[in-house]
Amino acid sequence: MAVLDVKGICKTFDKNTVVLRGIDFSLEKGESVAIIGSSGSGKTTLLRCLNFLTTPDEGKILVNGETLFDADDPATQKESEIRRKRLHFGLVFQNFNLFPQYTALQNVMLASELLAKEQPDYHTRKKELHEEIRQNAEKLLKDVGLGEKMNLYPHQLSGGQQQRVAIARALALKPDILCFDEPTSALDPELTGEVLRVIRSLAEQKMTMIIVTHEMAFARDVADRVIFMDGGVIVEQGASHQVIEHPTQERTRQFLSRYAEN
Amino acid sequence: MTTFSEQFPIVFQALNVGFLQTLKLFAITLIGAIPLGLIIAFGSMSNWSAFGFLRPVVLKHVNLRELTWWQKVQVWFVTDFKPVRLLTRLVIWVVRGTPLMLQLLVIYYFPGLVWKNNIWGSGETGRFVASSVAFVFNYACYFSEIYRGGIQGVPKGQQEAGQVLGMTKSQIFFKVTLLQMVKKIVPPMSNEIITLVKDTSLSRIIALQEVIWAGQAFMKGSQGISGAIWPLFFTGVYYLIFSGILTLLLGWAERKLDYFKA
Repeated sequence: MAVLDVKGICKTFDKNTVVLRGIDFSLEKGESVAIIGSSGSGKTTLLRCLNFLTTPDEGKILVNGETLFDADDPATQKESEIRRKRLHFGLVFQNFNLFPQYTALQNVMLASELLAKEQPDYHTRKKELHEEIRQNAEKLLKDVGLGEKMNLYPHQLSGGQQQRVAIARALALKPDILCFDEPTSALDPELTGEVLRVIRSLAEQKMTMIIVTHEMAFARDVADRVIFMDGGVIVEQGASHQVIEHPTQERTRQFLSRYAEN
Repeated sequence: MTTFSEQFPIVFQALNVGFLQTLKLFAITLIGAIPLGLIIAFGSMSNWSAFGFLRPVVLKHVNLRELTWWQKVQVWFVTDFKPVRLLTRLVIWVVRGTPLMLQLLVIYYFPGLVWKNNIWGSGETGRFVASSVAFVFNYACYFSEIYRGGIQGVPKGQQEAGQVLGMTKSQIFFKVTLLQMVKKIVPPMSNEIITLVKDTSLSRIIALQEVIWAGQAFMKGSQGISGAIWPLFFTGVYYLIFSGILTLLLGWAERKLDYFKA
């Protein structure tokens, strides 16, 4: 069964800016999908819809068969439940959005600690829970290669290091699906490699991922599948080598050839 | 008593008593206005609209271009009328748009003269309570605008990062936004706080026995000293020393928050 089913997502901003015109796709467990397309094609809006940062006008979102969002059913849009539903997804932002007043380790731990407080046995198991959360966070930071830097504040880290902290932070809540919104676009070219390596290793560990990216070679080599979006619709999707090396649609070819020129 | 050395101990004693009243008014104003300002700031940013639930329906079925101006007003009333925000901003306008001295006079004399019921009583306590009310309200309005700037100055991405990590609105405010806002508002708040030290002297207009009042008393005649102007001038020393101490304290607070960059 698919982990994620997206059906007919439409979104219009300000009455006449149509950004998404009916997006359908699904995602198998352990699969990683790269979404490519030019700026303004709706990639970011789609990720924001999945994370409930933007409310779609039409369509449905199902995770593990459960309807998380249905534009026709207001009961699925209650603010109190959206919070819980968001936890199915993790989101890594283009510009990291780390919390500047916390160290790398505190950034990774914060949300887990707040969630732990909601557990009924929090007061009796306080120390134990805190210790678990800390160990998990330390392990995640070591996994992204920042074991030595976990007590530094974001401004003391390079862009690539900050983005790796952000990935660890998103992983701390063990999301079913991890989304990346152009994770390397705000980085200097020499820093993109370290971030892409982390994402590649997550793909090897069979993390379910949606990666919006402009790194074509990376999409081809790491993602199982590539979706090409243009003008708010999915123009073409398929196995990554297939789409990037032998696109069937004219629009995909045009887009990729412009990339090859650069 | 004509020599300075004879006058000094008496004057010093009286000015100390007066300055204690100044300090009390200063402290009460800060204790009251700092939290009240936050409530007012939230009011001035409130998006609550009495008919907000009708907004999507109205926008779906109405084409603004076809409407008369009166119908447009009606549509605005349904879709964008935010009573809390409007009322709060009206109050802020009135409080910031009129002199604090006038507000002191109105608050102190209005109940007695117009309602024929002097709720403040007649003594020094009554004058102090009336002054406190005027100062807390006036400063809360100024603080609220500083807070609003601080809150709106925290990047939207910080809030979104909190949301995708499953935090509640209040967790996001207290754990993410607040400290970043505090860091941003320390310089403008320092300005207001230093101004407040000297503004307390406005309560002289309703004869609160603060330090200016105490100094002036020796011009008219008090404790065997009359026609002496130096005690009034000497009050300046109190203000200078106190604002000097505050400048050091606020500078220390600013440096304390230098551990992160936002």
